[in-house]
Amino acid sequence: MARASLRFSSLRLGGRYLTAAALLLVGIWLQRAGIVDDLMTYWGDIVYLTGQHIELTLISGGLAILAGIPIGILFSRPALRRWADGLMQTLNIGTTIPTLAVLALSMSFLGIGSTPAIFALWVASLLYIVRNTYSGLMAVPDHLIEAANGMGMTPGQILFRVELPNALFVMFAGVRTALAINVGTVPLAFLIGGGGLGELIFTGIDLNDNGMMLAGAIPTAALAVAVDALIGYAAYFLIPRGVNPLR
Amino acid sequence: MIRLDNLTKIFETKEGTTVAADHVNMEVQEGEICILLGPSGCGKTTSLKMVNRIVPPTSGRVFLGGKDTTDYDTITLRRQIGYVIQQIGLFPNMTIEDNIGVVPRMLGWDRQRTAKRALELLEMVALDPAIFLKRYPKELSGGQQQRVGVARALAADPPVLLMDEPFGAIDPINREIIQDEFLKMQKQLGKTILFVSHDIDEAVKMGDKIAIFRAGKLEQFDTPDNVLAHPANSFIADFVGGDRTLKRLRLLTVGEVMDAEPPRVKADDSLSSALQLMNDTDYDNLIVVGPRGRAQGVVYRSVAEGRQGLCNDHHSGLKATVRESDDLRTAVSQMFAHDLTWLPVVDDEGFYKGYITQRGITHTLGRTYRDAEQGA
Repeated sequence: MARASLRFSSLRLGGRYLTAAALLLVGIWLQRAGIVDDLMTYWGDIVYLTGQHIELTLISGGLAILAGIPIGILFSRPALRRWADGLMQTLNIGTTIPTLAVLALSMSFLGIGSTPAIFALWVASLLYIVRNTYSGLMAVPDHLIEAANGMGMTPGQILFRVELPNALFVMFAGVRTALAINVGTVPLAFLIGGGGLGELIFTGIDLNDNGMMLAGAIPTAALAVAVDALIGYAAYFLIPRGVNPLR
Repeated sequence: MIRLDNLTKIFETKEGTTVAADHVNMEVQEGEICILLGPSGCGKTTSLKMVNRIVPPTSGRVFLGGKDTTDYDTITLRRQIGYVIQQIGLFPNMTIEDNIGVVPRMLGWDRQRTAKRALELLEMVALDPAIFLKRYPKELSGGQQQRVGVARALAADPPVLLMDEPFGAIDPINREIIQDEFLKMQKQLGKTILFVSHDIDEAVKMGDKIAIFRAGKLEQFDTPDNVLAHPANSFIADFVGGDRTLKRLRLLTVGEVMDAEPPRVKADDSLSSALQLMNDTDYDNLIVVGPRGRAQGVVYRSVAEGRQGLCNDHHSGLKATVRESDDLRTAVSQMFAHDLTWLPVVDDEGFYKGYITQRGITHTLGRTYRDAEQGA
């Protein structure tokens, strides 16, 4: 056991050195290719647009969580369970239709600007959260519910003390996927005047300016990785130890 | 304490209606363990679950302590009934302490009282609170988890426990241990318990009463000894098994069957006086006891007839002994192992308490059949 963990930690240490070395190499390459200079040229834009980007993600993602979790809970209630599959298919349309088309549709209803962008992003993220909330709740073993019932818990107590805590891990995975996709989709919002780092990416493409395009693309990628890591950490610390496979 | 009155459950399924419980009538006295026994699908679990209305009855009533359970709302009713299921159902997101505290907290106990109760209960189910209070269920073995399951059911000290095959998923060795612990606990607690099992041995061991179900009907409701000795019909006879009389060995202790004041000889008695005593009392051997009454050996009739001298010089060693509190199964097993038809009964200190014979055992087991014949 001790030896195994020693080997594991030395592996991790080795991994850390490798990552550091790789970052160094990437840095050198970026510097040599003049990309660092380009990034610095657009620094002001990057900061401003990253702020906008995060805002779009937080609002649309936040609304998707606020709507998605209650919807997922509703679908898993005995009264709605029979219809849940059908309803889920309806939501699935939101993911099946290309986000670009959703953007175009929402623009035709809501005009241009950030509102239609937020709506489209919300639609694109919603299903992941609903689906994982629903399947997380459905995966809670029946005998836990029976034990809870037998002890005289009310349906509300069963939901909040037993079902949700035990579904939390799966729900977090849904939020994680939804937000990672959301961050990656925000650049499209530029097309309907929503702002965000898409402005640099698409303008860079149009002007055939690689530096400008990368000044949008690299922060977008970094944001996606950061959001993913952040939610990963949140899951690690927020999910009770007894139902957290990571701990 | 618990009375089922014409309790009936009819399930409507696609294949038609199934009668899971058909006008079940029975009454369990306070402090008794009643085993609901039968093959799977016989209605025993359904009957159990109608008591706390996990399964709502189609018709009929359940009385707890004389009160109709429909007078309570479901939630209040269930908080007064301990419930243990085979899958245990500890909440994985809570520590052991929180699991045990679920019902007390719902009943509004303060934090300190709840914590104290959890500590007390873990000790009662033989788990060290210092180690287990803060652990999560996944860190416990199956046997440990079910101990916690029992502790959780007892948390708010409910007068009634419902147990649905509680020890069914535990390996045989641990099952024996946990059953023994549970019986010991029950001796102090005196709960009224309904206990579902499909295992006749468990039923005989744990039950004060056994209720045997078949196809939703209560076929026989009686003491374990009567169920084994006088099965009401051929189904029950088959279910309890062809070796049912052997199973009754478990129900009687050595103390109930032995000769309590058997003749004995002292080490310095002569063989001739021993032979005289054998002739007077019709024993074929006598236990030699020491000055304070400890069993030291045995003098056989053949020895006493053929030789002269003191018992001390002519006795043989004791191959095996049993205690008063042992069940007859143990005694018979000892007899078989040592090719004996009798055994001396001693206490923990080795003092000679009684004398038990195969004849005595078969006579006692057979008495109930003779009584039945005379009655008929």
